[in-house]
Amino acid sequence: MVFEEKGIYTVHEFTLAVKSILTSGRFNDVWIRGEISNFTNHNSGHRYFTLKDKSSSLQCVMFKWYGKNLRFEPEHGMKVLVMGDLDVYEQRGIYQLKVRDIRPDGIGELYKAFEQLKNKLAMEGLFSPEHKKPLPKFPKKIGIATSPTGAVLHDIMTVIKRRYPANLLFIPTIVQGEYAAESIARSIGLLNKTDADVIILGRGGGSIEDLWAFNEEIVALAVFNSRIPIISAVGHETDYTITDFVADVRAPTPSAAAEIAVPDRAELANHINRLGERLIENKRRSIKDVMVHISELKAGVEPRLFLERLADYMQFTDELTQRQSLNIQRLLEVKRSLLNAHAGKLDAVSPLGTLLRGYSITLKLPEETHVRSIGDVEKKDELSIIVNDGKIKCKVNDKEVCTWK
Amino acid sequence: MEMSFEESLAELEGIVEKLEKGQLSLDESLMLFERGIKLVRECNDKLKSAQQKVEQLIEENGELRTEPFEVEGE
Repeated sequence: MVFEEKGIYTVHEFTLAVKSILTSGRFNDVWIRGEISNFTNHNSGHRYFTLKDKSSSLQCVMFKWYGKNLRFEPEHGMKVLVMGDLDVYEQRGIYQLKVRDIRPDGIGELYKAFEQLKNKLAMEGLFSPEHKKPLPKFPKKIGIATSPTGAVLHDIMTVIKRRYPANLLFIPTIVQGEYAAESIARSIGLLNKTDADVIILGRGGGSIEDLWAFNEEIVALAVFNSRIPIISAVGHETDYTITDFVADVRAPTPSAAAEIAVPDRAELANHINRLGERLIENKRRSIKDVMVHISELKAGVEPRLFLERLADYMQFTDELTQRQSLNIQRLLEVKRSLLNAHAGKLDAVSPLGTLLRGYSITLKLPEETHVRSIGDVEKKDELSIIVNDGKIKCKVNDKEVCTWK
Repeated sequence: MEMSFEESLAELEGIVEKLEKGQLSLDESLMLFERGIKLVRECNDKLKSAQQKVEQLIEENGELRTEPFEVEGE
């Protein structure tokens, strides 16, 4: 080495020697917490800033090819976590961090980053209603991207199993920490290569840091670019993430996502049965209508019915006639018995009766006048005496006055 | 090609609506009725017989495959 041969470095040699120690790998992929100051977003696209805390400061550079992945724009005073490799800037002989990633540190910064990304994506139209895809009414296969451990998967599966027998395609997904955002985006991408017809993206409740992956742009874009509609169910009902805004439907909880994803089998069965009842009722009514119509038509045209009516009339006429003749007979009978009664009375006063009782009637001949007194006849007059069974001819011999009373 | 549950249900709903709107000949409405009753049976059968399959999606060397997935504790 130079040192051993001559004992003296050039500045460049020394710088290179220091650099070779500092960049040996010991300080690669380090995470450092600090506050940003002197932030410069250079025209070249590279970002320069100082990361400092109460006691120290560290020069940082973020080259533009890394800056493309930034999820928010760093600002002066922001508390951040930076990740990168230690390097030496030879011209000025200073060490600096070549930053590859910057994350907000602390809740206030997270909210700031959240608002920044939300506004940016809103401007880009990622939340627009016209990009929301409708959910299938009867999904055949539901993709589920969530953690293989934890209650979320269990809840979703239980609810779907109870409600509707859709097939499930689960892809184990990291939903928290360093690798979560990439894992979620990857899961969405892979599910889009399957025949799943709806995706549930789920995670249980947690702090804003826990849910942070769902506020990353890479996740938002994956959700936005998904050909398959996505239901997001991240955190509790009160937790909103960027993913929730981009998703086609946001569910308050994983169980609710499952309920939104599939219809209820029991309700469907009821619905089908009601449809069946309506069919039968409709048929019954339409047949009844037709029957009524037919009988109306029949009544209008059928000759047999006409004849029946005619026969009815004729029978009625007969009946009237019969009733009339009965009346006449009865009248005749009354008259006949009346006549008989009269005839009897007549018999009683008839001369024939007198004759029968042994009396006789005397007529003077030839005039045949009724002899009622001795004055009606003279001696030698011829008389005819009528008795019960004939006439007796005789002559008057004598007359004598008698008094019978 | 067998109809999906969704298609069967949609056709059934269409038939009921059409019948209730009336203005069909008796022949037509009886034909629709028979078709509707058949669909009711089919829908119910499909709903009852449907079996849920749970799979896990796995990517290996850029290839996607699925395998049956067992839920822990079930």
